[in-house]
Amino acid sequence: MDVVTTDRPPGQEASKVAEAYPSLLLGDHSLCPGCGEPVALRILLETLQEMDLVQKTIAVVGHGCYGNFVQIIDLDCTLCLHGRAPASATGMKRMRPGSVVFTMQGDGDMVNEGLAEIVHAAARGENITCILLNNGVFGDTGGQQTATTVIGQRTKTSLEGRDPALHGHPIQIADIIAGLDGVGYVARGAVGTVRGVARTKKMIREAFESQLAGEGLSLVEILTMCPTGWFVTAPEGPDYLGESMESVYPMGELRARPNGEAG
Amino acid sequence: MSAVAQPAKLELLEGTTAIARAAILSDCRFFTGYPMSPFTGLLESMSDLMPKSGGSCVNVESEIEGVNMTLGAAATGARAATGSCGQGVALMQEAIAEASLNETPIVIFNMARNQQDYFQCTRGGGWGDYRTLTLAPKDVPEAVEHTQLLFHLADKYRVPTILYGDPLIAQTRVGVRLQPLDLPALPPKDWALDGSLGGTGRSRQIWTWALGKRNAPGPGPDRHWQELAEKFESMAASEQRWEAQHVDDAETVVVAFGSAGKFTEYVVDELREEGHQIGHFRPITLWPFPGEALAEATRGARRVLVFELNAGQMIEDVRQFADDRKAIRAIGGISSADSGLSFGPLLDAPEIRGRIIAALKEEA
Repeated sequence: MDVVTTDRPPGQEASKVAEAYPSLLLGDHSLCPGCGEPVALRILLETLQEMDLVQKTIAVVGHGCYGNFVQIIDLDCTLCLHGRAPASATGMKRMRPGSVVFTMQGDGDMVNEGLAEIVHAAARGENITCILLNNGVFGDTGGQQTATTVIGQRTKTSLEGRDPALHGHPIQIADIIAGLDGVGYVARGAVGTVRGVARTKKMIREAFESQLAGEGLSLVEILTMCPTGWFVTAPEGPDYLGESMESVYPMGELRARPNGEAG
Repeated sequence: MSAVAQPAKLELLEGTTAIARAAILSDCRFFTGYPMSPFTGLLESMSDLMPKSGGSCVNVESEIEGVNMTLGAAATGARAATGSCGQGVALMQEAIAEASLNETPIVIFNMARNQQDYFQCTRGGGWGDYRTLTLAPKDVPEAVEHTQLLFHLADKYRVPTILYGDPLIAQTRVGVRLQPLDLPALPPKDWALDGSLGGTGRSRQIWTWALGKRNAPGPGPDRHWQELAEKFESMAASEQRWEAQHVDDAETVVVAFGSAGKFTEYVVDELREEGHQIGHFRPITLWPFPGEALAEATRGARRVLVFELNAGQMIEDVRQFADDRKAIRAIGGISSADSGLSFGPLLDAPEIRGRIIAALKEEA
C-alpha cells in the first residue's frame, strides 16, 4: 500500500483520489463544510478498495450525520438502530463469516446510546471492525453534549462548558475496549491534519487485516472535526481538534496486533 | 418443502425443546436470548441444539442487544429468531417496529407468563404504522406447527412474527411429532446483504426510510410507509386463522385464545354433551384478528363469553366484531401464581365451568 508522505512532494499523482470517487462513491455528501466525517469515509473506502474487499463487505451504519453515507456508498449496507451496530454486525458476521463486516458509529451512537453493545461485542471477540467517528458532540441534532464531550467544551446542553461537577467526565471508550480480552486491534486516529489522515488510514487497514486474520473485534476511533457543533468556523476546525480533543484522546495504537505494523 | 413419506416419530419432549427443534426444522440458524422464566428453557435448548445444526446461539447481555443481533442475522438472509417473556419483549419493541418498517423477517418467541401480553403483541409498543402477525397455539403440538408457519410467514411478507406461548406450553412434557409442514416455496431473498454487490452500482440497502442510493433512489419514507400499510392490510385480509366448534346453533359462544382456549374448548364440549346450545371460538392469529369469522360464529348468539387471563384485552377485539355487542360478557380475569411467573387458579376446568354455568343462568 502506498501511503501519502507529507515531508516531500508526492512522487506520483494523486490517482487514488480520482479512483476512489467514481468506484465506491455514488454522489457527493451533504454534510457541513469542514466536517471530518467525509474524510474518514474516504480513507475507509480507499482502504477497502486497496485491500480488494469491496465485493465482500457489509456496512452497518448507525445514526448521526454520517448516516447519510448509506445513500452514497456503493456497498451492501444497512442503517441500523441507534447504538446497536455492533449487535447487528454480530448477527451478520456469524451468518456470513466469509464477509467483511464493519460498523460506523458516532460518539453519541456508540458511547451514549450503545455502550453495552460495543463492550459486549468486544468481550465476545466478535470478528468485526468498528469505526468510531468521535467529534465530542451530537452534530446531527445541532451541538449537544455527548459522553465524549471534553471538559470545558461548550455545547447546547452545557452552555458554560462541560463541568465535571454537573456533567460528569468524558469516556475514553477505545482505552476501555483495548483492555478487554477478545479484541484484536484498537487504535485512535484523527483527520485534522494530513499526517493524521495518513496515519489513520494505516490504522483502518490494520483493523481490517485483523478481521481477516480472525483476531477478534477491531476498533478504530477517529477524531473528526465538527465546526458546526463546536461553534467555530470551518477553517478553525482542525486546530480546535488538535488543541481540545487530541489532548484528551491522544492518537496511537492502544492495542497492537500480535504481529502488526502500523503505529 | 416437499411432502414427507412417513409421519415423524412420537417423542416425549418439553415444550421449549419441541419448539427449538421445530425452529431448527424450519432452518432457523440464529437465535438469541436472555434467561427469563418461562422462556429460559427455549434458550437452553437453542444453545444446545443450534451449534449442532451449524447455527449460532448467543446468550445475550440484554434483550435489546439480542433482538438487534437477530435483525443483523436476518438481514443476511438467514432465518433468525429471538425470544423472552412479555417483560423482555417489552425491551424489544423498538427493534420489532424497525424490522417491520425495514422489512427484515424475524421470529419472536414470547413464552409469556400469562395472557397479559395480548395488547403488546397485537398493538405493539414501537413507533410507526406496523402490525405483528401473532400465532397463539393452544398446546405444544400446535406450537410445533406454528413455529414452522411463523418462519414461513415472516419470510413471505418480510415482517417480524410472534409466537404467543405461555408456561404450560413452555414447561409441559408431551408426546409430540416433529412433522415438517408442507409449505409452498418462497422466492429467493435477493434483498439480503452478503456484501457481494459492492462497487457494482447495484449494492443493496436495508433502511426504514427507504431513500435508496444516489444512483437508484428508493421510494422514500412517505411512499414506503404507505406501501407497508397496504401490505399489512393485505395480510389482515388473508392470514386470519381460527377454530370454531358447535357454533351453528349456539345460543352461547365462548371465546378464548392460547392454552386458555384448550381449557374452554374442553368445558364447552362437556356442556354440549350435556345438552347446552353452546359453541366455542378460538382466534389462532391474534393479529390479524379473525373478525369476520367471529361475527359469523356469534350470529344469533345471545351470549358471547370472553375468557382471558387478563383484565380484558382481547375483549376489545371481540367488541369490534361480535354480531351483537350487548351479548358480550367477560368471564376471565387476572389470575397469576404468587410468584408472578405463571398462571393462577383461574386456569382450571371446574373453575371455568362454574363461570360459564353462572353466565348461562343470567338472563341474556
